[in-house]
Amino acid sequence: MSFSPLQLCLFFSSALFCIGLVGALSRSNAILVLLGIELMLNAANLNFIAFWRYSPTASPATGVIFVIFSIAVAAAEAAVGLALVIAIYRHQRSIRLQEATRLKG
Amino acid sequence: MDSTVQLLWLIPALPLLAAAIGALTPRRGRGLTSGAAIGAMTISLGLSVRVLIEALRDPTAHLTLNFAWFDLGDASLRLGFVLDPLTAFMCVMVTFVGLLIFIFSLGYMHEDANFTRFFCFLSLFAAAMLGLLVANSLLLLFICWELVGLASYLLIGFWFHKPAAAAAAKKAFITTRIGDLGLLLGMVWLYHSTGSLLFYDGGHGVLETTALASLVAHTTIGGLAVSTAIGLLIFCGAVGKSGQFPLHVWLPDAMEGPTPVSALIHAATMVAAGVFLVARVYPLMSADQTLANVPIHALTVVAAIGAITALFGALVAVGQNDIKRVLAFSTVSQLGYMMLALGVGAWPAAIFHLLTHAFFKALLFLGAGSVIHAAHHEQDIRKLGGLRGPMRVTFVTFGFGMLALIGFPFLFSGFWSKEAILHAAYGWHVSPLPLYVALFAVVLTAFYMTRLVMETFFGRARSDAANHAHENPATMTVPLAILAVCAVGVGFVGTTYWPWLQRTLDPHFEIEESGLGLMLLSIGLVAFGLALGWTIYGRTPRAKATAPDPLETAAPRTFAALGARLGFDELYAATVGRLNDAAAVFADVLDRYVWDGLVRFLALLGEFSGVVNRDGDEDVLNGGFDATSKKFRGAGQLYSRAQTGEIHGYLRVVAIGFVVLVLLVMLGGSR
Repeated sequence: MSFSPLQLCLFFSSALFCIGLVGALSRSNAILVLLGIELMLNAANLNFIAFWRYSPTASPATGVIFVIFSIAVAAAEAAVGLALVIAIYRHQRSIRLQEATRLKG
Repeated sequence: MDSTVQLLWLIPALPLLAAAIGALTPRRGRGLTSGAAIGAMTISLGLSVRVLIEALRDPTAHLTLNFAWFDLGDASLRLGFVLDPLTAFMCVMVTFVGLLIFIFSLGYMHEDANFTRFFCFLSLFAAAMLGLLVANSLLLLFICWELVGLASYLLIGFWFHKPAAAAAAKKAFITTRIGDLGLLLGMVWLYHSTGSLLFYDGGHGVLETTALASLVAHTTIGGLAVSTAIGLLIFCGAVGKSGQFPLHVWLPDAMEGPTPVSALIHAATMVAAGVFLVARVYPLMSADQTLANVPIHALTVVAAIGAITALFGALVAVGQNDIKRVLAFSTVSQLGYMMLALGVGAWPAAIFHLLTHAFFKALLFLGAGSVIHAAHHEQDIRKLGGLRGPMRVTFVTFGFGMLALIGFPFLFSGFWSKEAILHAAYGWHVSPLPLYVALFAVVLTAFYMTRLVMETFFGRARSDAANHAHENPATMTVPLAILAVCAVGVGFVGTTYWPWLQRTLDPHFEIEESGLGLMLLSIGLVAFGLALGWTIYGRTPRAKATAPDPLETAAPRTFAALGARLGFDELYAATVGRLNDAAAVFADVLDRYVWDGLVRFLALLGEFSGVVNRDGDEDVLNGGFDATSKKFRGAGQLYSRAQTGEIHGYLRVVAIGFVVLVLLVMLGGSR
């Protein structure tokens, strides 16, 4: 049984996504959850690159530019996320997510 | 001529104006009020004389001034004034006698604190009576008629702080109201039948041939002609107002008012109204005379009531001890004479007697007032006596009045008017009874008046009040003197031999041929009555106030019955009064239990529906909304449980959703 490079790439990104998901779900530290989410994002980026690279009708630079945008958005998102973490820490002197339930309806 | 008719309304309007001035004047304005009242009466008297002169130019004419009062749909309610000799003579009499009574009141009421109010009421009384005289519409006549009733109520109850006066005023008002009900019904019926209430209206009035013919032509319940029924209903009003037999009870009690009021009521205004009314509607009352086979003629009833009243009044007057009550019952009796004359068809004779009676009865009442004023309000003839000496003017004038009332032959007015009535009764073919009754009443009249004069003016003074009596000032004696002259002079306008007044009122008036016999008989009866009175009361004057009356010793039970007015007041108290009490109790029960119960039941019903409404609103409608919103809230609470606030919970759900999505895509892809 042999896999094409695209399939290998997809396996790899799926593994990466699953690791990120498990990390995001299982950690109670807000920063580690953010790390998990970043991993999932990167897995998605990897898929973009892979589909662009192995596509039969790939136009130049499409996937790369897409990913660059995605990374830029992710960076902004990480900045917002870290700011939220700091705001939470200031309120409850802890960044355990299980304790951050005061915004429920 | 027309201008005179247009002046007619001023005759009642001026006293009315005087009454208005009196009503608006404060209590201290004595001069203004009495001056206005007397001035207004003087001008009215002048106008009445002018009106009389105009009326005598053509005595058969009925000059009218009619005008629409208000319109009701197509119908128009019209009022008006009429000028004929009947109106003119009555106006002159009322204003003249009224004026003298007003002047007398100046002296009589001088010490009363409510002098102003008294003159205001007097003017109102005169105004109402004069309005009644000039009215050419039964409606206008009725309005004035009721005003007369009101004014009499106010004046009889003038000293309302006396319970007897207040009761007498109420009695007069309510008793006359019973008769007025008949008058009102008759008036409504008349309007229903003819569509008009004007007496004379150029051929369309109710007293003119067209209307009378239609009224006679129709019959109503009991086979009576409509005109008979209406005439009898109108006569009911006259019975009440003129103190005729069943409704006479108020007239003697009306003596509770000040004496000038009694004079006014008995002479000029109130009781004259009833006789005047019957004389005014005489064409209506006599319309059924042409019918042969009717159960009864209206005039027959009038004659019967008149005869009963004449006899009854004369009988009861014998047993009275109050100077004013004797005169009151003599008025009842004389009014009976007038009604009798009307009933036997001699309405001019009735008006003649009304005019002469007005003068001498006013004279008698004012004379009695003079006595009462001088004797410090002592009215009991047993306690008077001996006033002949100190009160010479009063005595002489009172004597003139007394002689006129008993019909002393030839010189006095009462003789000629009574003669006219006796002759008319003699010529009545239906029944001779009224003549016999009238002749008997002549004896009684002479007897009781002799008794009154003997007891009051002769003998010795039987009380301190009578001892200290002295003659009154000129405001009181001058009217007496003038009236005394009239009591003599007025009679000569209508003697048996030269009945000018009767002919003026009714050109067809005939004196019954009876020769000298009837006149001699009546003279003899008067002489008999006088002699009887002198024998019993004059020869041996009463010695003490407490001594029994000679008649009382002779026939105590009869005398007591007469003194108690034959028990009519008690009879009415026992029957009508008790019936009224029962009706009042019934009405009370009806009101308290039946109507009140009904009202309460309705209130309960309302309350019940209110409760139902409230419960329906709160429980059903509100409850439904409440339940729905509770459900929504429950659902909301249920959903809000998902919002734990735990980010891991959310993430987990997102992950599960993602996995489910992937699985679906993969399964869909494999298909």
